[in-house]
Amino acid sequence: MGTFHQGKSELHGITVVVETEDGDVYVGRCDDMDEQRIILLDADMHRDGEDGCTTRQYLSRAEQVGVWKKFDRLALPRLPGTKVRRLGELGA
Amino acid sequence: MPYPELMIKPMREELTSLGFLELRTREDVDVFMAQKEGSALLVINSVCGCAAGQARPGVRMALSGEVRPDRLATVFAGQEVEAAKAVRGYFADVPPSSPSFALFNNGELVYFVPRHRIEGRAAEDVAQDLAGAFRRELAPAAS
Repeated sequence: MGTFHQGKSELHGITVVVETEDGDVYVGRCDDMDEQRIILLDADMHRDGEDGCTTRQYLSRAEQVGVWKKFDRLALPRLPGTKVRRLGELGA
Repeated sequence: MPYPELMIKPMREELTSLGFLELRTREDVDVFMAQKEGSALLVINSVCGCAAGQARPGVRMALSGEVRPDRLATVFAGQEVEAAKAVRGYFADVPPSSPSFALFNNGELVYFVPRHRIEGRAAEDVAQDLAGAFRRELAPAAS
């Protein structure tokens, strides 16, 4: 038994990794997504080398235990080159 | 803001009917966590159907295996806010996540399943992961 949300994208409620073309990485729970934008809840953002941590290291840790949120809600433009993946499937 | 109790009662009962002790206050949490000996599974329950709807059946299936934790407890995130905060204090280096599972052996956190490893998966897959952790982390101590 659970709650259900109609009218949202298929990734609604799923924790995703958004990689932008300039290398920034966002991890958060997808609220909704269309061709123009991606809305993330409880999101974190990482830039390669930030906090002495490569993007690979950051994603590895995120995959293991999740992320500490920096933003309650983020609306990201879905520019060409932006990749969206499920965090739970990174290691698959 | 907490959901109406009427709505979440069945979600609580999915776990309490399996023998989970509900931790509703900070004191409940501290008493439960004070016992270090043996193993314990702590389920952070939540309303969200994207993950919790598979988490609870997954736990039920995992507990039907031969190796299972000695003690079971649950706290409902978003409902018992202070209790959930107190629970998270016992693994403070892990970001908040609900639903999630924390497996302890002799007081040490040995396995953690965050929400994103439950989302969108079948209950059977969630159960397989959890039962695997029981065998891996708890069976040697039991033999």
